[in-house]
Amino acid sequence: MKVRAQMSMLFHLDKCIGCHTCSVACKNIWTDRQGAEYMWWNNVETRPGTGYPTGWEDQEHYEGGWKRDEKGRLKLTLHSKAKGLGRLFFNPALPKLDDYYEPFTFRYGDLFDAEDGTQQPTAMPISMVTGESIDIETGPNWDDDLGGSNIYARNDISLEGVDPAVRAQMEEIERVVFNYLPRICNHCLNPACVGACPSGAIYKRGEDGVVLVNEDKCRAWRMCVAACPYKKVYYNWSAGKSEKCILCFPRLETGQAPACAHSCVGRIRYMGVLLYDADLIEETAGAPEEELLQAQLDAILDPWDEDVVIAAEAAGIEDDWIQSARKSPIWKFVKEWGLAFPLHAEYRTVAMMFYIPPLSPIVSTVEQELIRLDLPPDQTDFELFDSIDKARLPIKYLANLFSVGDEDAIKRVLRKMLAVRIYKRRQSVDGVIDEATLALLEEAGTNPEEVEEIYRLTTLPKMHERFVLPPYHREQGIEAQGDPLARKGVAGLGYLDPPVRGA
Amino acid sequence: MNADTLLFVVAPYVALTLAIVVSVLRWRRHPFSVSALSSQLLESKKLFWGTVPFHWGISLILVGHFLALITPRSIELWNGEPIRLYLLELTGLALALWAGFGLAVLIYRRVTQARIRAVTSPMDVVVLSVIFVQIVTGIWIAVGYRYGSFWGTSVFVPYVRSLLVFQPEPELVAALPHVLKAHVIAFWTFLALFPFTRLVHIVTVPIGYLTRPWQRVVRLQRERWVYHPGSPRPIRKNR
Repeated sequence: MKVRAQMSMLFHLDKCIGCHTCSVACKNIWTDRQGAEYMWWNNVETRPGTGYPTGWEDQEHYEGGWKRDEKGRLKLTLHSKAKGLGRLFFNPALPKLDDYYEPFTFRYGDLFDAEDGTQQPTAMPISMVTGESIDIETGPNWDDDLGGSNIYARNDISLEGVDPAVRAQMEEIERVVFNYLPRICNHCLNPACVGACPSGAIYKRGEDGVVLVNEDKCRAWRMCVAACPYKKVYYNWSAGKSEKCILCFPRLETGQAPACAHSCVGRIRYMGVLLYDADLIEETAGAPEEELLQAQLDAILDPWDEDVVIAAEAAGIEDDWIQSARKSPIWKFVKEWGLAFPLHAEYRTVAMMFYIPPLSPIVSTVEQELIRLDLPPDQTDFELFDSIDKARLPIKYLANLFSVGDEDAIKRVLRKMLAVRIYKRRQSVDGVIDEATLALLEEAGTNPEEVEEIYRLTTLPKMHERFVLPPYHREQGIEAQGDPLARKGVAGLGYLDPPVRGA
Repeated sequence: MNADTLLFVVAPYVALTLAIVVSVLRWRRHPFSVSALSSQLLESKKLFWGTVPFHWGISLILVGHFLALITPRSIELWNGEPIRLYLLELTGLALALWAGFGLAVLIYRRVTQARIRAVTSPMDVVVLSVIFVQIVTGIWIAVGYRYGSFWGTSVFVPYVRSLLVFQPEPELVAALPHVLKAHVIAFWTFLALFPFTRLVHIVTVPIGYLTRPWQRVVRLQRERWVYHPGSPRPIRKNR
């Protein structure tokens, strides 16, 4: 057992209101530069939809992630090493700028400088690449809230396998349904971007698992951009370097949550440490498809387990990190309560960001097998609980996103979340918990104590409960390079290469 | 010092020195600036028709030139049969035309595409011009002064070798026709420009990728020995 620590984030999709505050917070800090305008290290997608970049989940087109060959071996989808070198000059799987969008601004100066005329001056849109006038045709969230649209929602590849009748219904004007999906880099255990980088410029930090690009070693072979199945490595067209989400590690190192999580209005994001077994990564990522989801969840180690603690200490993980892992909200949601899954585990990168699938809008009508509105109010909860597979957001769709197509796994989660909701409603509205409710809890595989805990961490958590951040011991990291006290005196001085395009 | 000495003795030494010293300095002091500066993200269709022929063509031709320099005997032996000489010459010419076509597409793309113009520096224009001259003179020589692979081993190879052993013999090339001299001079120009332009990406070809493991994990902390509470002896920690 080789224990390593991973900083992980969890997204409670039931709480996401799609406000894009996370995206803007991230953009203002990290990607407000030439060449990076089009990058959204954090973006929020409306699902069903085609996302950003358009259709990023279509791995037949983009060749992202890993695959398991006939002999059960793990292979990079993009290339073998030799093929990778052969495609240095041109990589057909690379997304184009238009797959994202051409970044734009407006010629605001015209508002002031326009000559006198009969019409109001307008600020015309211009490209931030060429500076020339453009027609804005798309943007990073062009399909925002366009659930049911026949351009975006219909082309969502994750709708595959959903009953055609249900799909048709999802496009009807009053039955449109959508949810939001915030995405950042998944800081995977088996990152495809690292595997694809010919220069070896991308690496995973041993102490907290953040995946970073060493910009000094990046040579613009841009294989990482194609290899990442989540399309979360971006090519800076101006600097000629690849860039990606850094999980705000400078903030983590000083005890602050990443900007996206910190600014989250719906407080949907949680952060904490997970311990995992590095020896199991290859086996986990290469598991047969039907075992893949469970294998990924099993790779996370129990921080309360004596053996794990001993192995963790031997691997140099500080005691306060182990303590932090025990308090980690991610551990609770993912492992203790089994409510969260990684996004698209079938990409086999062993993603380390987790999602709690959203409950559908509760009411609808049952004509042809959809939920009825005219149930007596005291029955609605139970009725929904029993027919959750007819939820407005198809279970199959959620399963394609979060559980490698396993609908039962999604149903278990949704049932448990509904059970929490029903229990708390009985408690706060009726004031009594009847036998039926307790039976329902048992059926959902939970109990009143657990329900209270889930409820607390879902709706009432304070900042320090949402973000359980371990101390980074940077002073010890510096020791390897020199005397920390001497370093303290000189920090901030010295010559830094400005990050500008080379000749 | 006459013009021949300047062009065929001084220039190559200056170029070689610049190429080596400045490349190493740039690599060590400004690693961020070393990049292939791909523009595929901005424009991809024309790039395919330009970059693939150009890079493969020019690389193979460079390999041929280099082979002639290190083992001229092998080329001479190969050319022992006329049919093999024709084959080699024809292959070389085809590769040069292929590379030339690619370069033409790349130049056209750089001029006509607004997005590519936005990332074009003056040095890019210089680099493209020098390589263009190189390829055009190369084709010209292949057609007009046949058969280069036959006589080249007794003209160019001794000349370059004389430079490398610091006993320059500029007279070997000084008397050649202008096109051949231009080809030589263009190469020294290319070499001198090398460290100051995006050409540096040539030496960054990531061959090491073939042998490195798929994953890379880097720890800031090194291993150290610590006293663990309760343990009598210091134990090793991975940091």
